[in-house]
Amino acid sequence: MTQELIQLRDVTKTFTVARKAGRVRRRFEQVHAVDHISFTVAQGTMVGYIGPNGAGKSTTIKMLTGILVPTSGQVRVAGLEPSRNRVELARRIGVVFGQRTQLWWDLPLRDSFDLLRSIYRVPGARHARNMAAFTELLDLAPFLDVPVRQLSLGQRMRGELTAALLHDPDIVYLDEPTIGLDVVSKAQVRDFLTGINRERGTTVLLTTHDLSDIERLCRRILIIDLGHVIYDGDLPTIRRRFGDERTLVVDLEEAGPPIDVPGAVVDRVEGSRQWLRFHGHQLSASELVARVAERVRLVDLAVEETDIEDVVRRIYLTGRS
Amino acid sequence: MYWEVAKRGFRRYSTYRAATVAGVVTNSVFAFIRAYILIAIFRQRAHIGGFDVRDALTYTFVSQGFLMPMAMFGWYDIEQRVRTGDIVSDLYRPVDFQGYWFALDGGRALYQAMARGVPPVLVGAVFFSLRAPPVAALPVFAVSCVLGLAVSFALRFLTNLLSFWIIDVRGPAQVLVMVELFLGGVVLPIALFPRTLEVLARALPFASIAQLPLEVYLGKHPGVDALTTLAVQAAWAAALLLAGRAVLGAVMRKLAVQGG
Repeated sequence: MTQELIQLRDVTKTFTVARKAGRVRRRFEQVHAVDHISFTVAQGTMVGYIGPNGAGKSTTIKMLTGILVPTSGQVRVAGLEPSRNRVELARRIGVVFGQRTQLWWDLPLRDSFDLLRSIYRVPGARHARNMAAFTELLDLAPFLDVPVRQLSLGQRMRGELTAALLHDPDIVYLDEPTIGLDVVSKAQVRDFLTGINRERGTTVLLTTHDLSDIERLCRRILIIDLGHVIYDGDLPTIRRRFGDERTLVVDLEEAGPPIDVPGAVVDRVEGSRQWLRFHGHQLSASELVARVAERVRLVDLAVEETDIEDVVRRIYLTGRS
Repeated sequence: MYWEVAKRGFRRYSTYRAATVAGVVTNSVFAFIRAYILIAIFRQRAHIGGFDVRDALTYTFVSQGFLMPMAMFGWYDIEQRVRTGDIVSDLYRPVDFQGYWFALDGGRALYQAMARGVPPVLVGAVFFSLRAPPVAALPVFAVSCVLGLAVSFALRFLTNLLSFWIIDVRGPAQVLVMVELFLGGVVLPIALFPRTLEVLARALPFASIAQLPLEVYLGKHPGVDALTTLAVQAAWAAALLLAGRAVLGAVMRKLAVQGG
């Protein structure tokens, strides 16, 4: 049974910003950080919440946790109005900010967890069970007794995730949880999140600039820009809608002018190598290769899919125009 | 829960042992400097404001022991978290913000009372004949110290909250440090002040932090007078903590409307 755990209806958040106007005078302007946003998130889903810097992502998350009060519109999280029930809601959510820490800097990691247990009033047995599970999943044992300030970034992030999930929250907000991590740590964090979501049914709202996180973790993706939702759907659809452009890379026997072939456009020429952009649903790769081969002598070729970063960049651009 | 928080506050400071030793040495050296100045003064007059030289020496070493537990040289724990933005994670916790920080500060103060408070007094007792507190005054002294800490914390909490409006609170915090040290009776016992200045100092909350507990220690407030002293401290603590709560409310409203 699915239940809408997060609901935003027509939510707007307006900030008043002072702008310099003349020597002393300041003009006050209204900035809509979030502009009439509506969406819902069902329990147990993992949603990628992405957008360029300044798009309104953090503002949304702050409204969902109750730190910010929306200027207009309605926010409901787990049946509660966040800004009025901030403390009550705090027991049911977990938050990780990749660039901040919620651990106690001078204390061993273990102490932070003990302290969180008392803050969230987690029963002893449940705490022990969770600690055992997380210690194994995230391989925490080697550094549980090391003060947080001495941990590596990867170790600290594993600690942060544990800290956010120890009290069995219904929802976790993750803001850039893999920022600055190496490949191995990233994979570990992602596997952990998948497991938590599958086994505990935790709802995850993931904000990131690393789109491979989204690709691995989220079936649904919400893109916002300039305070508006500009895309809400799954990844395959995005690819079909925005990413069906493919690129054929060809190595020619000798360098020449851009190949003139119907259905494709040459993007780049580098010596004897050329990049041809074409639409996947209008022209098949084999057909294009045949056409190219009629005109020039080929040594080697490769077909490149547009990667998700390019897709999203294109969505940001169309969203703004 | 607050007990657990206080325990971490204690542990946090107990990690830095070398700093503790260095601090004890510094506090003791300054106690000697202050002691000899006072000895010179009391050579001219045997009694000033009800203090004799033994009172003054005892006062000096014990008040050096008060400096760190009462964080009289400034305290920026909240301000730092506001500046780095880490304060957000404190706001996401299902706890009372002021209570949480008071508990943390209580743990810190207890550690510093043991590690930085007692040693200067022991050092002083080795070199001078210090006055021992009357046994009857000890429980009152303990309560008085706790209330002194509450007043000290409430003032620091207020100045730290300013960081939500101004980027750098070191200015106001330094003013607080200077006022506390002088009007709180650490530079010189308030009892030795000229009459009008003494009246002024006693009418302000700063005397509640160190001066009043120290006077209790010296046995200057016997009997019912002790209760009056505690009542004054409790009133200041309550008023300033409530003020902190009101300002915190304003902070939350500002954050909620204007963002952080």
